[in-house]
Amino acid sequence: MFFLISLSSTYALSKGTLETETTRVEQGEKLAFDRKKGNCLACHTIGVGTMSGNLAPPLFAMRERFPNPEKLVQQISNSLLNNEDSIMPPFGLHGLLNEEQISKIVDYLYTL
Amino acid sequence: MKKLVFLIASLALALYGTILFAGPEVEQAAFKAYFHNKFPDVDKADFINGVYALDKNAREQWVEIEEFPPYEIAIDEGELLFNNTRFTDGKSYGHCFGTGQHLRKKYPYFDEERAQVITVELAINDCREKHGAKPLKYKIGDLAKISAYLSYHSRGDVIDVIVSGSAAIQAYNKGKEYYYTKRGQLNFACVDCHVSSAGKRLRTEILSPSLGHVSHFPVYRLKWGSIGTLHRRFSGCNSQVRAKSQPGQSEDYRNLEFFLSYMSNDLKFNGPGVRR
Repeated sequence: MFFLISLSSTYALSKGTLETETTRVEQGEKLAFDRKKGNCLACHTIGVGTMSGNLAPPLFAMRERFPNPEKLVQQISNSLLNNEDSIMPPFGLHGLLNEEQISKIVDYLYTL
Repeated sequence: MKKLVFLIASLALALYGTILFAGPEVEQAAFKAYFHNKFPDVDKADFINGVYALDKNAREQWVEIEEFPPYEIAIDEGELLFNNTRFTDGKSYGHCFGTGQHLRKKYPYFDEERAQVITVELAINDCREKHGAKPLKYKIGDLAKISAYLSYHSRGDVIDVIVSGSAAIQAYNKGKEYYYTKRGQLNFACVDCHVSSAGKRLRTEILSPSLGHVSHFPVYRLKWGSIGTLHRRFSGCNSQVRAKSQPGQSEDYRNLEFFLSYMSNDLKFNGPGVRR
């Protein structure tokens, strides 16, 4: 009986985690595509996004290209730290996105 | 041997001086060369057509629009305003600008006495105020129409802005600084979009090259549904990068126009234009 309860709670937990992760990825995608938030498509080609620009590199294989998530967070939050001539808006520094929003976008980008 | 060392030293010094004190002339040559090298297939004279010099599809659509140009009404209305307006003192625009033909090439210029850049739009309102009339709005409406009429009758004239004397160079440098300074929440400088990214797409819009930018204003923008001046476009750019836009004919905008116009020297005026 204890085993069953324990199995059930583990299942519920993993299901919950899965749901949470899915939700975060979905929210991240929404934030990335939203013209008033990330508006990443203005410059980058991304996944299923349409009407994208080509001002900046396409976003794919992100986990391979940015194995360290902190580096990706930094690139979004303040790209000028990595390249002072960058034309990418410093989304965190200039208050375009908050930490939680950037974190969700990173979760989404890692699915690409 | 001593002579050779002296010669090399002199050459090095001269080169260093050129780099250190580049000045408008050298900067203009470098600016033009950048675009000519970036777009080697584009005819140098074609940069006055903006994105339509760079993209075949966009050009085809533009050529079709030009068959029945939406700015024509503005030219006609501008002509009526220019010729028929009588100020309270009985004078007309003609007292300030003569026939209005081939006028555009005189502007912008640096007025030593007033110690500032004078643009054609500023001169129109100066004329009005001199003869007792209220100034017109600088970005839209009647002033943009008069400007469109004047531009139309200056088509084919060569842009020939003179930057000479310390005060004029100072105004030029201020315009240059404005052009290269990042601003707004999105942190974009003019140069970010219209030099290094010219020809690339922002969403579906192709970014225009700065070389030739000033030649075709005022423009009828399909987005605006009306004719607007260069400074209307400047303020639109400011808003797009979420920076504070400035009033038409602000000192910053006039200095920016001065700098940009000088960069496009030797190209021809082809305003008014039509843009998406």
